[in-house]
Amino acid sequence: MITRYAILLFIVCNVILLAMAGCSGSSDTTEIRFWVFGAEGEVVEQLLPDFERENPDIRVRVQKIPWTAAHEKLLTAYASNSLPDICQLGNTWIPEFEMLNALEELHSRVDTSGIISVEDYFEGIWNTNVIDDELFGIPWYVDTRVLFYRKDVLRDAGFPEPPRTWSELYQLSKNIKERAGTEERYAILMPTNEWVPPVLFGLQGGSSLLRDNGTYGDFSGDEFKNSFEFYTDFYHEGLAPVGITQVTNIYQGLTEGYFAMYISGPWNIGEFRRRLPDYMQDNWGTAPLPGPSEGTPGVSIAGGSSLVMFNQSRFKDEAWKLIEFFSRPDIQIRFNEISGNLPPRLSVWEISGIKDDIHIRAFYEQLQYVVPLPKVPEWEQIALKVQQYAEIVSMGRMTVPQALTALDREVDRILDKRRWILSRADQKE
Amino acid sequence: MTQAVTTIGKRIFSRSSTGYSRRAPYFFLAPALFMLCVFFFFPVIASFFMSFTDFDIYGLSDISLVRLVGLDNYAELLRDPLFWIALKNTFYFVLIGGPLSIAVSLSAALLINSKLARLKGLFRLVYFTPVVTTLVSVAIVWRYIYHPRFGLLNYVLDIFGIQTIDWLGDPFWAMPSIIILAVWKNFGYNMIIFIAGLQNIPDELYEASKIDGANAVSQFMSITLPMLAPTMLFVGIITMIGYFQLFAEPYIMTQGGPVNSTLSIVLYMYQEGFRWWNMGYAAALAFVLFIIIFIGTLIQLRVQKSGYEG
Repeated sequence: MITRYAILLFIVCNVILLAMAGCSGSSDTTEIRFWVFGAEGEVVEQLLPDFERENPDIRVRVQKIPWTAAHEKLLTAYASNSLPDICQLGNTWIPEFEMLNALEELHSRVDTSGIISVEDYFEGIWNTNVIDDELFGIPWYVDTRVLFYRKDVLRDAGFPEPPRTWSELYQLSKNIKERAGTEERYAILMPTNEWVPPVLFGLQGGSSLLRDNGTYGDFSGDEFKNSFEFYTDFYHEGLAPVGITQVTNIYQGLTEGYFAMYISGPWNIGEFRRRLPDYMQDNWGTAPLPGPSEGTPGVSIAGGSSLVMFNQSRFKDEAWKLIEFFSRPDIQIRFNEISGNLPPRLSVWEISGIKDDIHIRAFYEQLQYVVPLPKVPEWEQIALKVQQYAEIVSMGRMTVPQALTALDREVDRILDKRRWILSRADQKE
Repeated sequence: MTQAVTTIGKRIFSRSSTGYSRRAPYFFLAPALFMLCVFFFFPVIASFFMSFTDFDIYGLSDISLVRLVGLDNYAELLRDPLFWIALKNTFYFVLIGGPLSIAVSLSAALLINSKLARLKGLFRLVYFTPVVTTLVSVAIVWRYIYHPRFGLLNYVLDIFGIQTIDWLGDPFWAMPSIIILAVWKNFGYNMIIFIAGLQNIPDELYEASKIDGANAVSQFMSITLPMLAPTMLFVGIITMIGYFQLFAEPYIMTQGGPVNSTLSIVLYMYQEGFRWWNMGYAAALAFVLFIIIFIGTLIQLRVQKSGYEG
């Protein structure tokens, strides 16, 4: 027992000593902490030597965190006052951390910056970082969803060009299904474990998802209801597969013709090029999402990650230097080359030539028509509810009106606290 | 070091008067009690109080945004369809998976303990391996086994001409799949305990019964099972408590899906607490689960004891 405590004491002493060394040792160089999620971690490490060469007095300590653990980790760090100086943040998380008063406002820094200019960014993406006219993040890379498709299957089904409207999409899917006959084949893959497809259709149909300043759900509203009916019909008519494990390998599924279309994001461009066999490489394309009617573009979500600074940081100027470094066009080009992530700056699309890439240019077109998701801290929780009810309806366990009424009830409950806080704020004023 | 201990010991024990020697045990218990209070009792009491508040992410930003809500969390639980789904799933898992797991453990123990068995050590090792293997790696392998189009299980079914099953994707089959995995993963542990129990049964009993003309079945019913009763009680309670806390299997394999068919109480609690930071609600869930397990244990003690004594 005694030896065990002795060891413990020894460890504690060492930790204290190390901590002291960490504080005193860095008198001439500043160490800033940078949290990166997912695959970007590897990429950042290849770019940072340049930054440290240009700024010899700043050291950057990178911590790589998997996406699945990111949210929990950030909240825990917030609760224990140990947030990093600079961090990558999915732009749907910005409202949440703004509400926690954890984020540093960046307007004045951008105004005096010689590197970051608002006009050079996709407007829809930039706006995801703005809450009540205040700016809390600088877009790092952008993400939206487009239609991936197989050229030969579409051509054989009478569509040499990808569908531009909902009715074309539906007709095309019908044709594909008809041609498959009794074989188990589907027109389009929209995994039921994702919240993005139902939300996409809702946004395209003109729904704002939430109403009254984001205090109530608007899912039983006509706009969302019509879209939701259109979307769930794809499952009910056998045009899209139900369930997730059916297609664990989408690359194989597309090659075998198990499905012909797939709504997905930019990361799959690299994956398709790497994983599809050679004879398939000229046989797939990307296109902006179809719109609900002729002349109305199909909007997509304004996704992506931003770089943010936390206001408890002691090294804000240094962190800002790093944000500016990652916002430089030359660095963004390299970042795109290594990771395949799409840059948020229009000029970078021009210089690097990715604007004319046959697979990427659909994203450029789509990015002109992106809308932000509701800016409430509860959004992630709400999105998951949407996915759950979409899955229930796709399996035929509830009708559309039943599901949407239940969805609104649950969303209203989630937003209860928000209503209370807003009403309290009103009373104070 | 020993010197120091002896001096302390002398100081405490040297006076034989009652005052010091009574205090001595507490002195030795103090470190453990302290740890237990700080890291166990305090959090339990704190979360009990938390279950009467609506502590959430807003409360994290500003403590004045935490409201005392009395029993609202518990009332909300009763109205929450997901809670009832999770409760139903958990009971399904405990009532089917628990007895199944015990039956498999007992069968394996009987086989290994049999006089006819060769390579006992090897089999014990093989059966025990899943218990000590990390669930994450096990889950990856089982995902392949369960794969609807390329999986081993459906391949076997196909040979016998049985319609293939989308094991983890079909709401009906998802929970049975989790049960099969959990039983396979855990039966080795109880098996070891059963083997120990079986070895404690004196051989004379079997020999005597054989002379009286008992066959294997009646031997099992009249000797093995009654003699195993204390072991059975222990295994039953431990298994029930463990199975009520179903979490890792669905967390890794299905994330509670499809259509919440594998959502367990603990998984729901985790999602509410750590994903959405609804700590008050999650705390209420935790206490409901505690009460359920407590009642379950009482029932088992009562039933098995009366069976044992009667």
